[in-house]
Amino acid sequence: MHELGITENIMDIALDKAKEAQASKISRINLVVGELSGFVSDCIEFYFEFLSKDTIAQGAKLYFEPVPLQLRCRSCSMVFHPQDTLWSCPECQSQSVEIVGGRELYIESLEVE
Amino acid sequence: MKRIEVVQNILEANESIAAQNQRLLDKHRVFAINIMSAPGAGKTSLILQTIAKLKDRLRIGVIEGDVASTLDAEKVKDEAAAVIQITTRNMSESCSLIANMIDHALMSLPLEDIDLLLIENVGNLICPSEFVLGEHKRVVISSLPEGDDKPIKYPMIFADANAVIINKIDLLPHVDFDIPAFRRAVKELNPKPEFFEVSCKTGMGIEAWCSWLFDGVESNAQKVINEGG
Ligand SMILES: Nc1nc2c(ncn2[C@@H]2O[C@H](COP(=O)(O)OP(=O)(O)O)[C@@H](O)[C@H]2O)c(=O)[nH]1
Ligand SMILES: [Mg+2]
Ligand SMILES: [Zn+2]
Repeated sequence: MHELGITENIMDIALDKAKEAQASKISRINLVVGELSGFVSDCIEFYFEFLSKDTIAQGAKLYFEPVPLQLRCRSCSMVFHPQDTLWSCPECQSQSVEIVGGRELYIESLEVE
Repeated sequence: MKRIEVVQNILEANESIAAQNQRLLDKHRVFAINIMSAPGAGKTSLILQTIAKLKDRLRIGVIEGDVASTLDAEKVKDEAAAVIQITTRNMSESCSLIANMIDHALMSLPLEDIDLLLIENVGNLICPSEFVLGEHKRVVISSLPEGDDKPIKYPMIFADANAVIINKIDLLPHVDFDIPAFRRAVKELNPKPEFFEVSCKTGMGIEAWCSWLFDGVESNAQKVINEGG
């Protein structure tokens, strides 16, 4: 997976925002990660530790808030969390669904000193 | 302790750098192609064939992002007008190029002297589909020995390809690859790509691919002029 690229982007955004706020240290980064985005948080942590060395983000804690996959049925509008890999509506069994939650991948906030 | 609200999409950050890259490329009238495939499908070979065919008509630059370097990669250095090898900070492995890396590479390329920029992405069919780089066209190579089920296994990368190249066509007598089925599977995901059946070994089909590229370079330059660039 592409955790390295993602981690580089996390670093860039966090350093940018911290600089804007004239912070001297980033102590925590709060991330929102959808189930579908497919990122392995251990990998992000591993790369983060590597990339943050000698920056103001060194030693920062990463906090991952997971967002479950949510689908909406196109036939009856029911919103549901699929129980298996087959995406069918529990109400009307339709397989025509759209993804309404679970693709998120963003930095929600930073804690700085 | 202070809390800063960010709410910034991490992939959007990539997209805005990519858009910036494209503006820089357009300013210098450079037409950029992102070449993606599984390892060994023939990205480097296609780049070499393309340079051989077009070097008298276009000035070609290459960004090498494929870390699995072969002997051929050395040849690219000899043949292209300019080559940049991407290294991802000190990490030896990244699963994809990202816009940020291209941004750095563009600073060291003589953009004034380049008409066509070929970007060899990392050999991977999953991750590069998530990251735009600032390229004008996205190209996916599938080769016959890989089998014809790639569009089913890796739909994302085919879904936004502008061209799909079927390489190693010289091996057709030896492998089981249903070309019409492959094309149908791609078209179900994405009706728009151009298809090219080529062999980087015999040179078959390279002409058609190169004329598509050449037209792309010309029409992009025209578009930039029309937009007052
Ligand atoms: N038979 C055959 N072999 C090819 C063709 N194109 C590339 N190859 C071989 O496939 C291998 C991988 O090619 P390369 O261009 O390095 O792939 P990359 O990893 O995608 O850059 C090399 O040994 C090439 O010589 C082709 O059209 N036919
Ligand atoms: Mg290669
Ligand atoms: Zn339903």
